[in-house]
Amino acid sequence: MNFLKTTTFLIAAGMAQPLLAQDVGGRIDIVVQPEPPSLMLGLVQNGPTQQVAGDIYESLLRYNTDLEPQPSLAKSWDISEDGLTYTFQLQEGVKWHDGEPFTSADVVFSADVFLRETHARLRSSLAYVASIEAPDDLTVVFKLREPFGPFIGIFEGGTMPMIPKHIYEGTDFANNEMNATPIGTGPFKFESWEKGSFIHLVKNEDYYLEGKPYLDEVYYRVIPDAASRAVAFETGEVDVLPGGSVENWDVPRLTEMENVCSTGKGWEFFAPHSWMWLNNREGAMADVRFRQAIMYAMDREFVRDVVWNGFGKVATGPVSSKTNFYSDDVTQYNYDPDKAKALLAEMEYDGTPIRLLPLPYGETWQRWAEAVRQNLSEVGIEVQIDATDVAGWNEKVAQWDYDMAFTYLYQYGDPALGVSRNYVESQIEKGSPWNNVEGYRNPELDAKWHTAAVSPNPDERTEIYAQIQKEIVDDVPVAWLLEIEFPTIYNCNVQDLVTTGTGISDGLRDAWIKQ
Amino acid sequence: MSLLTTILGRLIKAAITLLTIAVLNFFLIHAAPGDPAAVLAGEAGAADPLFIAQLRERFGLDQPLCVQLWSYVKNVLTLDLGYSFRQGMPVYDLIASRLPATLLLTLSSFIISLSLGIAFGVAAAARVGKASDSLLTTLALLFYATPLYWAALMAVLVFSVQLGWLPGFGYETVGSGYTGLARAWDILQHLILPAMTLGLFFMAVYMRMTRASMLEVSQMDFVKTARAKGLSGPVIRRRHILRNALLPVVTLAGLQAGQLIGGAVLTETVFAWPGIGRLMFESLEARDYNTILGVFLVSAAMVIVFNILTDIVYRIVDPRIGAKT
Repeated sequence: MNFLKTTTFLIAAGMAQPLLAQDVGGRIDIVVQPEPPSLMLGLVQNGPTQQVAGDIYESLLRYNTDLEPQPSLAKSWDISEDGLTYTFQLQEGVKWHDGEPFTSADVVFSADVFLRETHARLRSSLAYVASIEAPDDLTVVFKLREPFGPFIGIFEGGTMPMIPKHIYEGTDFANNEMNATPIGTGPFKFESWEKGSFIHLVKNEDYYLEGKPYLDEVYYRVIPDAASRAVAFETGEVDVLPGGSVENWDVPRLTEMENVCSTGKGWEFFAPHSWMWLNNREGAMADVRFRQAIMYAMDREFVRDVVWNGFGKVATGPVSSKTNFYSDDVTQYNYDPDKAKALLAEMEYDGTPIRLLPLPYGETWQRWAEAVRQNLSEVGIEVQIDATDVAGWNEKVAQWDYDMAFTYLYQYGDPALGVSRNYVESQIEKGSPWNNVEGYRNPELDAKWHTAAVSPNPDERTEIYAQIQKEIVDDVPVAWLLEIEFPTIYNCNVQDLVTTGTGISDGLRDAWIKQ
Repeated sequence: MSLLTTILGRLIKAAITLLTIAVLNFFLIHAAPGDPAAVLAGEAGAADPLFIAQLRERFGLDQPLCVQLWSYVKNVLTLDLGYSFRQGMPVYDLIASRLPATLLLTLSSFIISLSLGIAFGVAAAARVGKASDSLLTTLALLFYATPLYWAALMAVLVFSVQLGWLPGFGYETVGSGYTGLARAWDILQHLILPAMTLGLFFMAVYMRMTRASMLEVSQMDFVKTARAKGLSGPVIRRRHILRNALLPVVTLAGLQAGQLIGGAVLTETVFAWPGIGRLMFESLEARDYNTILGVFLVSAAMVIVFNILTDIVYRIVDPRIGAKT
């Protein structure tokens, strides 16, 4: 508790305001897009679900914008010297929304039973765990088989949400009737869901942090058309537009309005990183010179400035500069059509046309694909754009039926969680659009990825990841594009909306309205 | 043939048609790339083959296609629309929860477009060649040619953003706590823009058709006879011309009525109206097979029902139709 008090004090002092200046009460309306299929965060972890369910469910830790762990349901934690034992002390007096106490048994059930069965991403991290034990009601001990560098980073809300044991134990998780009325420990409780219109959450009066949350209620509004969402914000119907909910060219118009704020923060944990998959298996694309030519041919700064309205940053390699372990000591692929042409001439490229699969996520991505086609045709590569919807895109990428395909992925705060999966040989398997889809094989680097993942020493990890980045950027297994930035736009009366590295997905525990 | 046997015969044919449509829909939807498990896994941002296999098993997608078809047909025959695995609830409940909003929107727009369309058509025909006729015809042409999406956004910009007269979207004021009449009034205000936007096109069509048909019928011999026998202008227009001129309008109204369920996707999207058109579109993107098939089936049933109703209305408007057959 001391730690928390100090944090509160520092924030308050930084803003030159008296302690506890937050106004209490009020309601916030936030756009959620698209409508989530379910709010049961243990079963569904897509963006919209996490955005809403992040108010209902919590995990042991949160992460600030520098990705350092902060207390949440765990008030303190200890990592043993050898990096094999993680001991968590839980907060006292935490209750589930139905009044049952939250204890270490819930943690063991969530991590060891429920999520091991349902959560694909967590499951791969849990492979390092030998045992999860609860020596007493408020202590949980994770014992690892071997050290796993990013382990302290997996206690995030969407990665390891706490699931109530008393509701789910022994049931068919996916078909449990309680999935429709989710029960968590979070600052807001589920109240109602009018499908197609809104989701209504209300303040958890028994929240374990005294005085929090400040808001009385939250409405997540479903507005399916991007232009209508912008209008909803203009008319004051909604207070917050989460990142990506309006088209980029609407952003300057909205942020120029009176009393409108925006922030790029709150995405550090996800660090959305975009690239084009290059099918390394066949044709010209199997030649590294062809892939390098693509990198030189693209004017990524133009795309950032025009298509993305200046938001984002040109990606230099596989790791986002927003995360730790980023290194800029790599070959830079600046826009250089002549170099691209020289490389194509050197490899005697025969002019075979290339198929390009854009990401069907709206106008911005469509225009991006057109910009790439233009750039590539200028150096003599003919590009045909395949049109498809989200399901079709998934299918084509997962079945390797493409030459080049747009995508963007989250990095989850650590290269071992969100980066290596796209480049190591063991992740080459049809059926998923999120693994090593391009078919890149480099056994030497595979060994380094592994060493970096299991090293308990952060300095050693930094060193190895820097080597990996230097080498892999020359191979161009995929064509890295931009570190994407999704600004959150909101009414300036809303305070402390984004306080952690997961932003709005982390819930509105700290948010309040200036009255 | 009596009306009753006609209807009975039509119903039997309708049942066969509906079943055929159901089977065709099934193949159509399975021919689209991707499946609901892949979409769900895709959205999760991470997936291993075990995860996708688990989902496929849960959704019954691991079964051969003919087994899936058979269980679907069995469901349809017992009027069971199945379960939406994506939304975690029975398709029947999903459709039932969305249907009232859609029917309210489409029926209002149906009534508005039909009544205004016919009224303006009659008015224009009565003043043919005059300035008011030209004005009405020009407006109709404009509504007829305006893309729905654009008209909807303009309506929101003008009446909601600029003038602030009407709410721009949604079904009602969220979290207002209104009940009874206050709630009805609130919903009515939200209804005006989408219903008018959706109705514009058909209003224009009805108007043009009524006008043309009125002018055609008014040249016929029996109208001359009526005039010769000394009936007044309004009586001739109402009883002799309009009644005969309405037949093509009824045909078209039957067509529009068939689209009462599925025809409002765009309007529902722009105005964030929580209707069934959006449910269908979103389910299609998510490859939520059972939900799409359910919506398709209900829409198809609606078209068939309204075809039968149109036939009955024909007989009432023009008793000669029943006599001939």
